[in-house]
Amino acid sequence: MAVLIEARELRKRFGAINAVDGISLAVTKGEVLGFLGPNGAGKSTTMKMLTGFLEPDSGSAWIGGISVADQPIIAKAKLGYMPEGAPAYGDMNTRRFLQFIAEVRGFDGAEANRRVEAAVEKAALQSVLDQKIDTLSKGFKRRVGMAQAILHDPQVLIMDEPTDGLDPNQKHHVRKLIAEMAKDKAIIVSTHILEEVEAVCSRAVIINKGRIVADGTAESLMRRLSYHGTVAMHVPSSRVEAVKKALLDFSAIASVETIGSANGKVRLQAAARDGAPAAPQLATLIRTRLIEAEEVVVQRGSLDEVFRQITTSDDGARHG
Amino acid sequence: MAELLRKTWAITKREFAAYFSTPLATVFLIIFVALTGAFAFYVGGFFERGQADLAPFFQYHPWLYLLLVPAVAMRLWAEERKSGTIELLMTLPISPWEAILGKFLAAWAFIGVALIATMPMWITVNLLGDPDNGVIVASYIGSFLMAGAFLAIGSCISALTKNQVIAFIVAATICFLLVMSGLELVLGSMRAWAPEFLISAISSLSFLSHFDRITKGVVQLSSIIFYVSLIVFALFANRVIVEMKKAD
Repeated sequence: MAVLIEARELRKRFGAINAVDGISLAVTKGEVLGFLGPNGAGKSTTMKMLTGFLEPDSGSAWIGGISVADQPIIAKAKLGYMPEGAPAYGDMNTRRFLQFIAEVRGFDGAEANRRVEAAVEKAALQSVLDQKIDTLSKGFKRRVGMAQAILHDPQVLIMDEPTDGLDPNQKHHVRKLIAEMAKDKAIIVSTHILEEVEAVCSRAVIINKGRIVADGTAESLMRRLSYHGTVAMHVPSSRVEAVKKALLDFSAIASVETIGSANGKVRLQAAARDGAPAAPQLATLIRTRLIEAEEVVVQRGSLDEVFRQITTSDDGARHG
Repeated sequence: MAELLRKTWAITKREFAAYFSTPLATVFLIIFVALTGAFAFYVGGFFERGQADLAPFFQYHPWLYLLLVPAVAMRLWAEERKSGTIELLMTLPISPWEAILGKFLAAWAFIGVALIATMPMWITVNLLGDPDNGVIVASYIGSFLMAGAFLAIGSCISALTKNQVIAFIVAATICFLLVMSGLELVLGSMRAWAPEFLISAISSLSFLSHFDRITKGVVQLSSIIFYVSLIVFALFANRVIVEMKKAD
């Protein structure tokens, strides 16, 4: 697959702070990369270097095979970028703003109108075409920012927190839009809403303190959790020991832990060997051995937990 | 080349329209026309002099520009940085020059509109007498060039800050120094201790001395070069400052 976005060892310092400390990544056509990290992790700075707004201290950024530093105008022509907060000229109305963008991007006449119309339709902006951008709601402003970024149907789309501050309907709309465009573009979306990664991203990269700390699909990241795929069950406290024994007798079960108790019931957590899912074996076991479990839940964990685990773990005094 | 012009033109159009998106532009134009007229009639003694020329009208342009041009220039980059649109602008496929030039030309065109709005003065003086229209044309061109120099400095300062008020004050101060350096008041106080070459160097940096010569009908190449090179220099500085400060 063609690599459309590439970062090679990007580094950027602001004074004493190492904002981005050697980030390398490649995004191919058809991929939607979710860029995650706590506030101040360097997400925006990385995006600003990829889009040519900031010059890296070292390393290089490539858009569609073009070096952003050497041929900025060609690289930027291949790129749609929505900066954080979707800034737009508030004194213009939506139509004029998009026409301005079309003109600067080198479209004129009928072609410009066609492009503006298509972008307006995709971002569902028909109702606010003649409204000043300053007077638009947050959701519409964000959509104007998206329309601006996709107007020239770029190969590469980079969006900094596209759904931040939107209501659930608006978020859904934006995600649908991203999913629709995904197949013939390379897209990077930064976010700190983790459900979004599962909803739209084919891959997630978590950065912390300017470095990549995890890279994979949402599923593979969740597998990092110690309890991923384990089964939790509630049993009456009188039966705990018997159930534990029954479970451990079963060769597929590696361990059984008590993880809590309340109201005369104990919560047990069973894990299968070699990190395999414990559910299929346990289902048979529960049926054949007549284990009195009141509630049985397969634990997947959440990206939130992966995120917290990865980004709060003490990684030494690297940054002094 | 055509490509470069087209993108610059797109930015110029946008910026020019932005001036008229609020009533501020109209207010500015009215103040400019009213003040140039008032100065010419009441301070310059337009009628009392009994001469058919526009010298009393042009004489006060540098002083008016001192406050009005920084007001036109202050928003050019400060607003862009404050609202974050600079990130949008600088990631569009344009060179920084196209952005800088586009903005500068829009503001300059706006001053041009203000100057055109004073044309009734010119018509009046032609109705009243028989002025030297060549001198008047030269003065208008000189005034426009001088405004361009003020403006380029203002644009450059505007890129230094997100705060338009600060941009205004700093630009007005710098322009004030550049105007004052030609006044006898300032030069006289230096004659006692400064060598002659320094005094003539300072005086030659003044907006006033060059403009005075032009309004007297002496259009020297050196005066034109002075204003043009000042514009070019300030816009170069503008580019450097934009690059330095854009991400702050």
